[in-house]
Order: sequence, then C-alpha cells, then structure tokens
Amino acid sequence: MSGLVTQRAKSAQRRDTQIGESVLVRVLLITLALAFLGIFLIAPIVTIFSAAFSKGTGPYWAALTQDDTLSAVWLTLLTAGIAVPLNVVFGIAAAWLISKYDFWGKSILITVVDLPFSVSPVISGLIFVLLFGARGWFGPLLSEHDVKIIFAVPGIVMATTFVTFPLVARELIAVMQAQGSDEEEAALTLGASGLQILLRITLPKVRWGLLYGVILCNARAMGEFGAVSVVSGHIRGLTNTLPLQVEILYNEYNFVGAFAVSSLLCALALVTLCVKKLAEWSVSSRQAKRDASARALAVPASSTVSLEGVIP
Amino acid sequence: MRFKTRGVLPGFGLSLGYTVFYVGLLVLLPLAAMIIKASSLGPSEFWTKVTDDRALAAYKLSFGSAFAGSLLNAVFGVLVAWVLVRYRFPGRSIVDALVDLPFALPTAVAGIALTTVYAEHGVLGEQLAKIGVKVAFTPLGVTMALTFIGIPFVVRTVQPVLEEIDPDVEEAAAVLGASRFQTFRRVIFPALLPATLTGFALAFARSLGEYGSVVFISGNMPMRTEITPLLIVTKLEQYDYAGATAIAAVMLLASFGMLLLVNLLERWTRRAEA
Repeated sequence: MSGLVTQRAKSAQRRDTQIGESVLVRVLLITLALAFLGIFLIAPIVTIFSAAFSKGTGPYWAALTQDDTLSAVWLTLLTAGIAVPLNVVFGIAAAWLISKYDFWGKSILITVVDLPFSVSPVISGLIFVLLFGARGWFGPLLSEHDVKIIFAVPGIVMATTFVTFPLVARELIAVMQAQGSDEEEAALTLGASGLQILLRITLPKVRWGLLYGVILCNARAMGEFGAVSVVSGHIRGLTNTLPLQVEILYNEYNFVGAFAVSSLLCALALVTLCVKKLAEWSVSSRQAKRDASARALAVPASSTVSLEGVIP
Repeated sequence: MRFKTRGVLPGFGLSLGYTVFYVGLLVLLPLAAMIIKASSLGPSEFWTKVTDDRALAAYKLSFGSAFAGSLLNAVFGVLVAWVLVRYRFPGRSIVDALVDLPFALPTAVAGIALTTVYAEHGVLGEQLAKIGVKVAFTPLGVTMALTFIGIPFVVRTVQPVLEEIDPDVEEAAAVLGASRFQTFRRVIFPALLPATLTGFALAFARSLGEYGSVVFISGNMPMRTEITPLLIVTKLEQYDYAGATAIAAVMLLASFGMLLLVNLLERWTRRAEA
C-alpha cells in the first residue's frame, strides 16, 4: 500500500522512456481522443452558452426573470431541497451498514440500492403514476381525501427522490469501504458512542466523498427530466421544473429562453465536475501524506494488533 | 440478529432497519406495483400489446441505436482512457473532468444542445449536410445522443485497470521482440477486455432507457424515430395505462438482464485483476 503513488509515477516514467509509443503515434492518438470529445462534449457546451447570449445580455436576463421561469426555479429548489436531504440521510445509513458489517443478503441489498440506476427515467415516473394516479392503486383513496400527488408537487418530489436515490450512498460506500474501520474501532475502545463515532470520525473522514455525493445528487435532482415529465402534467407556473421549462420554451421556438435556462443548469453541471476534481485531488494528496508518514514511522507489520476478538 | 457475521461497531440494527425500510418504501413497493399491474393483463393481451408493429419498431430502434452508440463508446472510450492515463498534455485534467459531463448535465439540456449542433443549420450539422449526412431527426441522431450519454461508462471502468497494469509485462513483451502494436493487441488489450465489456454493458443499459437527450434530436416519428421510452410516454398521455405498463415491463426485464450481465462481468473483471 505505501508508496503506491510514487511507484506509479516511477512506472509511468519507465513506460515513457523505454516502451512508449513514438511521438507521432502519441500526437495522433491524443488528437483522435480530443476530436471525439470535442464533437460530443465541447460542441454542445459551447452551443448552450453561445445560443443563450446570441441576442446579448438583455434578452438573456429577460428570459431568466420571466414569471414562469422564476416559478420553475422555485419548484426546482424546493424539489432538490426535499429529495437531497432524504437521500443524504439514507446514503449515510446505507454506507455505514454496507461498509462496517458483513451480513446475510448484503450483495442483494447493494444490487437493490443500485436498481434506480438501471430503470429508465420514464419507468421511474410511470411507477408513481400507477401507484398514485387517478386510476392507480391509491388513486380513489387520494381523490376521496382531495389529495393530489400526480400532476402536483408531491409526485415530482417522489419521482426525483427515486431517480437520485443511489447517488450519495454509492459515493459513500466506495469511500468508506476503501478507508476501513480502524479509527472507528479505536474510538470504540476509548469509549465513544455510536453517534460520536459517526459525527466525529467517520463523517470528517469521508467529507469529500460526501460533498461530491451531495453535489451530484443535487445536480441530478435539479436536472431530472424523464421521470418528472411523466408525473408533472406540465402545468405552467405550477408543476414545471427547470428542465421542463427548457422543453416548453424550446418547443415554442423561444431558443434564447430555452438556452438561457439551460445555461444555468449547465453551469451547475460544470460546478459539480469541479467539486469532483477537487475531491479526487484532496483524497490523493491525503493518501500521499499518509504514505509518507507510514514510511517515517516504519512500524513492522507484525506489531499491528488486530482489534477483532479483543472487543466483546 | 444472528445473520450478522462480522463488525463490532454499534448501529447495525438501526442502519439496517432504516435502509431496508427506505429501500422497501421508495424502490421495491413502486416496482412491485408495476410488475403486479403488468401481470394482471393476462398473457394474450400482454403479448399483443408488447408485439404490435409500433412497439417492435421502437424496440428495434432503441436496441439498435443503443448498441451502435455503446460500440462507438467502447472503441473511443478505451482510446480516451489510454490517452488520459498514459500521456501528459496541456489541459489533461480538464479533459478528464469533462468526461463526467453526461452524468451531471440534465438530459433535456443535452438534448436541445445536441439538436442545435446537428440540425441542418447547426455548427456540425451544416458540414455533415454538405456530404449528404443528415443527423437530426433520423436514427443516426438517436445514436449520437446515446453515444453522448454513454461516454463516461467505458472511460471510467477502463481507466483504473489501465493504471494498474504493470509495466514489467509490457517490457517483457518488448524484450521478446513484440512490436508496440503486438504488445497492445496480445498483452494490454486482453487485460482491458473485461473492463471494456463492463463499460459497454453499463452504457448500453443506460442508453436503452434514456429519454431526455433523445426526444429532441429524434423527431419522434412513429415507426421511424420513436424510441421505446417515448412510446411509453405517448401511451401514458393517451391514458393507455395497460399498454404503457406492458411495454415498460419489457424494458424493465431488459434492464434487469443487463444488470445481471454487468454483475457477472464485474466478477470476471475482479478475477482477471487478482
């Protein structure tokens, strides 16, 4: 484990000097890769911003401050404000469960947690229509009590929560499994309670993974289109989130408006990617630091005492 | 709680109870509702609904373009991963970060942006129109959108495997007289194959269900450019719940099949690494 980073750097150097490709091949491969990404990733981003500002900043600003757009902003914030905290609490519980214990059915649970990823967004909306729609399971009951879920805000929140459900859990499970539970077990022997361990050791340890999970979950919650479009009913000013507003403006040939709203969502996506990069850097720099201190201490492997069996 | 086999930290019961409750309420209950609804149709009715001409055309387009898009991603994904891991060039970390864009960008935004780029008067669409290639509102447009959606999958599964390959084996191949291309084909590629297939399967599964980025560029003509998720939406809008559910059940079955395949592939990847 120790010195993995430096070893990797050394092996990369060795590859470069002794067994690398010729400069011509390298340039060719890099150009090909960049051309592919340019066509599929860069061109759309550039288009979003250039179309949004194609008539200058005045129409851009006017499009964003339209009443319908503002109410879409508000609904989007509300939806993410409910869905994200729910999934964060779930993510922490699920990651704790999966990374700290072995139990029967663990791999089934992991598969089920990932399920919403493999379900089409349209189907994610459909299942809630089947449950709560006018002709769904609970439809008659709901209309009796005059509660509206489908074509109303609660349905949008439910569908969004479903679609973004695994995002925090996934990030945290990966980070917590990689970091192990040595510190937590040490805290336990020193008399810390479960809550103290969680708040003062585990969460600070995984803070970057948690931050990225939250930001990604938030970006997806604000940007969800398929599932929300099935349950929303597209009522202007009432049940339109930002992505649905983009669709409406686009279909009305209001391209400046559609791309102005898109530019907000695209900026959110770019910020999300920045946070991910920062999280990766901080993890790898901490890993390098830990490697360095491990070498400095140079504790012989045999002297590490396993806590297993010591604690009742 | 006898089925817990390892772990000394407190909170097992609480976290298990909460996780199972939340998963059950939010994921399993709604999915069960759909499966029960679909199975209440009766076999012959179900079969007619899922095999009418319009549905068959939609499956063909969805599976075909998802396959083509994922295949394109398998080839270019390995190339991008290779370039990012092996070479240093200015802007490398920005490019590396941008690979995840399709995860973070709302699909509707991606959809209208791609449509604008590839429309007849778009930046790239205009050039392609000159050589007689029409992208927007054709099956090719659907494939392009699905390629966009699938970009991160192959890159992100291949990247870590490529980082772990020991240079010794490549050196050994070079010492034994293999050319660089032979080394890639006979030594590196076999090591990357499980991860590439996993990424391909993940991209394929995601593409099958994709909706937002496709509906704008496809033009949505029944029998020609109508993908399966859109057919489900259309049926829902006509209040044909039974028809929508039947086709959704077929798609769900396909996604579960893909999930199983991905799990098997990941097991193979881990074995190949060990």
